[in-house]
Amino acid sequence: MSTPGVATASLATCAAPGTSPYRVGRGSPVNDPRPGFTEAGRRRRRRRYLTVTTALALLVFCLWWVMVLYGSIWYSPAEVIAVMAGRDVPGASFAVGQLRLPRALLGLTAGLAFGMAGRTCQTMLRNQLASPDIIGITSGASMAAVFAIVVLGWSGLRVNLLALVCGLGTALVIYLLSGSGSTQGGRLILIGIGISAMFSSVISYLQLKASIYSVADAMRWLSGSLGDAGWAQVPVLGGAVVVLGGTLLALGRNLTALSLGEETATGLGVHVNRTRLVLLLSTVALAAFATAATGPISFVAFLAGPITARLVGRTDRALLAPSALMGAAIVLGADLAGQHLFPTALPVGVVTGIIGAPYLLLQLIRLNREGTSA
Amino acid sequence: MTAHGPLAPPDPVTPSDTASGAPTEPPGEFRSSRPVRARRPLVALGLLTALLALAIVCSIAFGARVVSLGEILDGLTGRGQELGALAVAERVPRTATAVVAGAALGVSGALMQALTRNPIADPGILGVNTGASLAVVAAIAFAHISSLWEYLWVAMVGAGATAVVVYTIGSLGPGGTTPVKLALAGVATSAALSALISAIMLPRAEGLTDFRFWQVGSLGRGSWAALATVAPFLLLAAALAATVARPLNSLALGEQMAVGLGVKVGRTRLLAAAAGVIACATTTALAGPIGFVGLMVPHAVRMLVGPDNRWLLPLAALGGAALLTFADVLGRVIARPGEVSVGVVTAFVGAPVLIAIARGAKVREL
Repeated sequence: MSTPGVATASLATCAAPGTSPYRVGRGSPVNDPRPGFTEAGRRRRRRRYLTVTTALALLVFCLWWVMVLYGSIWYSPAEVIAVMAGRDVPGASFAVGQLRLPRALLGLTAGLAFGMAGRTCQTMLRNQLASPDIIGITSGASMAAVFAIVVLGWSGLRVNLLALVCGLGTALVIYLLSGSGSTQGGRLILIGIGISAMFSSVISYLQLKASIYSVADAMRWLSGSLGDAGWAQVPVLGGAVVVLGGTLLALGRNLTALSLGEETATGLGVHVNRTRLVLLLSTVALAAFATAATGPISFVAFLAGPITARLVGRTDRALLAPSALMGAAIVLGADLAGQHLFPTALPVGVVTGIIGAPYLLLQLIRLNREGTSA
Repeated sequence: MTAHGPLAPPDPVTPSDTASGAPTEPPGEFRSSRPVRARRPLVALGLLTALLALAIVCSIAFGARVVSLGEILDGLTGRGQELGALAVAERVPRTATAVVAGAALGVSGALMQALTRNPIADPGILGVNTGASLAVVAAIAFAHISSLWEYLWVAMVGAGATAVVVYTIGSLGPGGTTPVKLALAGVATSAALSALISAIMLPRAEGLTDFRFWQVGSLGRGSWAALATVAPFLLLAAALAATVARPLNSLALGEQMAVGLGVKVGRTRLLAAAAGVIACATTTALAGPIGFVGLMVPHAVRMLVGPDNRWLLPLAALGGAALLTFADVLGRVIARPGEVSVGVVTAFVGAPVLIAIARGAKVREL
């Protein structure tokens, strides 16, 4: 029914110079009074992009500081810096050094990873709803991690590796089943939903079989939690974010071109298949690494892209960096809220779920009204 | 044919069709094919009955414990006291539960597919099961309910509300309910409700034991008392389904055509939806969320008998019963001496079917 291009905001925001100035966002008339892709408009968009990115970076930095400073006891910045410098501060050395710092770092890196993976996926598939968690890519990683934790009794790096392998495998299966070449559109989403239904039934089953003691743990992990954060996970996820995120940022220009359609991208000098494969692998690996470390923190990958696109407005950029920052801000903010705002501390994923689910429904209603959801 | 089933014109059974001739076929061919068509439902009926009988026999004979024929007979007549006979006696209500739940799910799926004119409609995919689960979890946590009777009502309310929400969201905008829109609405709603379930459950670890059974479909708790409790609801759903079978056929031709044929469209939709939701919510209360049975069975049955709802609905009940019973047997056999819950088995059998439907049809046009 809808056009194959699925012209959601992602396409509108990614329209490059040379495309029609009448490429309209949502329901605006053809004689759009807003400036098209003129030099002045371009400068303005760049300024807005930089402003939003800087503001998001500042926000993330502030949230991160609050997370390190604030807890059952406030520590002064001086004490925290002393802990970071490796000096021994009574009390703070443990609370900050062993609990808050790894938790904050893990939240930061996982948020960056989810945000960037979600945005890449949404742009590549040209569908705002096609973030890794919704089309079922992370379900494979989740299943593997639950299996490793509950059945095999693993922990640490081995869990991450297994989750990574299964996440990649799931993505590959979904990609192959949906017919290579036609990676956009509804078929991939339907197949992803089917695959994730299989995995989530296995997850429920593993929970049913597990001992009552590990079930609560598994459930907390499954809803996405920073509660078990330790130093061991930080370098793994941090390294993954640096390497894979760097790859994605480097390919950002090609992603923009790819989002205009295969032919246009080829015309712009992009190796379509190679680029898409690298993008896909990096995205899935990022999502899988983050899922393995913290559990599938729901909706962060989905939320970061559209919110960022709305803040930045129309631009010819892929929005990877601001989306990553937005993801980090969501995770850190939600974890702070989950720890301190509720009578019982809630895992971060429950908070993001409570915020994200209505947003997803609203987004779905909006896209359906426009006839562009699929 | 299969994927377009609900959209295709029904068999030439309505009076107006006979008068105007079948629109899709030349009249001569239509007449000559009539005896064949009349025979097919009977063949299907025989086939599915045989399958169901086989499934029931397997369900009683196979399980964690291997039993002999003598023990089966002892168990059925209630005389034997050996372990084998006792195991058989325990399997009988479980088998009955599988048959009843499977039949309800099959009919529920067939009704939802006919109603939404959408090949992937299924209580699991549409999130109706999750709605029932959330309602039950909330009721366990806040109202401390514990009897099946209370579960039933609560599950019914949750399932009905979710069905309305998902269908409303999925049918917004141009093109009505496309499969992808409906599936996304279902998944999004499920995700939203799951977040709420987690938020309710996590601070209440003591309730987790009860809850775990709500997450995965299982027939292990089937008993005669439970069946007696749900029986009135299922009978009501069956009666409703029987009354809407013929008007649904007309509705498949399109709303205007149905009005022209004298069908009260609103009432038909309402009754069919009520029957579908009651059937699926009752099953969820009885056995937990079991996905994909409602998806697969109507497709398979439609391949056998075509889209006439007067045959489709009862045969979907038979097929669903056979499928769920087989799935339960499979789950008991593959993981001896433990068992794999039937919900896992149906997901593993059903997801490939969903994928095949998604691959086989031009999804956007559905």
